Amino acid sequence: MAVSVVLPRALTPYAHGLGTVQLDASCATVRDALSQVAERWPALVDRVLTEQGELRRHVNIFVGDESITFLDGLSTAIDEGATITIVPAVSGG
Amino acid sequence: MNPSTLVLVGTTKGAFVLSSDDAREEWTVDGPHFPGEAVYSMAFDQRAGRSRLLVGVHSNHWGATIRFSDDLGRSWSGPERQAIRFPESSGLSLAQVWQLLPGRAEEPDVVWAGVEPAALFRSDDGGESWAPVQGLLEHEHRPRWMPGGGGLCLHTIVLDPANPDRMAIAISTAGFYRTDDGGATWQPRNAGVRCVFLPDKYPEFGQCVHKVTHHRSRPERLFLQNHWGLYRSDDWGDSWQDIANGVPSDFGFAIQAHPHDPDTVYIIPIQSDEFRVVAGAQLRVYRTRDAGATWGALDAGLPQEHAFESVLRDGLAVDTHRRAGVYFGTRSGKLYASNDDGERWTTLADALPPICCVKTAVLAPT
Repeated sequence: MAVSVVLPRALTPYAHGLGTVQLDASCATVRDALSQVAERWPALVDRVLTEQGELRRHVNIFVGDESITFLDGLSTAIDEGATITIVPAVSGG
Repeated sequence: MNPSTLVLVGTTKGAFVLSSDDAREEWTVDGPHFPGEAVYSMAFDQRAGRSRLLVGVHSNHWGATIRFSDDLGRSWSGPERQAIRFPESSGLSLAQVWQLLPGRAEEPDVVWAGVEPAALFRSDDGGESWAPVQGLLEHEHRPRWMPGGGGLCLHTIVLDPANPDRMAIAISTAGFYRTDDGGATWQPRNAGVRCVFLPDKYPEFGQCVHKVTHHRSRPERLFLQNHWGLYRSDDWGDSWQDIANGVPSDFGFAIQAHPHDPDTVYIIPIQSDEFRVVAGAQLRVYRTRDAGATWGALDAGLPQEHAFESVLRDGLAVDTHRRAGVYFGTRSGKLYASNDDGERWTTLADALPPICCVKTAVLAPT
């Protein structure tokens, strides 16, 4: 089963308008999943990760209903069929 | 109106482009472009037949990018990927683009970017792709540079129009550095610039330089607004002299040379580092016409009481008309303009988002 990566509206222009990116190849962690996304949509992942591969400060990622902040970060394991959701943090001014 | 004059205004919530004719009496306000995103750097590039507006756009969520417009903001393009990227080996990640500066006329495809964390990037294709200047990225002083209130930012780039191997930059808080070999090596040039916030008041580097300006006809003469202290150098920064002669405060951020007279410079004094509003709560631009020997206040048309305003380092600009236009924007979103060298002021906008930068362009005749 595919892993789904659900995008916020602000990032859909970097995936040709897709709201959800389906990953067919297996991936063990959130980082693996993002690497697969980057192969197709590198500009999208530029906006999620810094050039050092770190999650941007005001971006949250959920696996299912749980934030990876409270799991294992980008090393959080994902199962087949998982849904990864990228969400802008509630921050601003 | 046939627009000939542009004022580019970057704010914490987008960019605005104001346009007028040569008289600069009536203005059209266009924007915001990139609503909700911070714009700390803007530039206009008219070299090699371009008419290109460059903008450093920062999303609080999605990071910093460079965007272009070749039609005065009607449409935008630019590299889709994050074009300014630190190499993995540096361990650094781009936080903000603080300065965009088209290069010398003889290098029409060169554009410079000063960024946070403090580094200088160069583009050789008009801003599409960028590479860090390694001599500064790998500078031996880097581990000892300290971030100021705005972060560890490279906010000022000064080019020698005559010598392509010479340029200078300023970093808060690292000080003023100059290269004479095209960027291979950089030497601190801070002799005489005081650090009130360090035990050693005159270190080799570590100064919190807020902005540096000069006139291209006399490039070796530099004017520097420091975190406390107003200075002039007549030797490309080899030495600095205090020129805070008669100003109400020598604290401030913005400093801007006149477009035609190398001895005329504008500043906006700030009360203190602890109370960052204009000195005496009177909104006044100060001008010297004798390279800092004396300063006089310019306040006609500006509020002279209860003006708890502040102007950031890139919030003051001049245009290149014969009778120079002078412009500044405040952190409360007010944009003021003078079309007569600063003698009289009018309000161009009074409720923009907090203003981060003000730049100008006088359009080449088509």
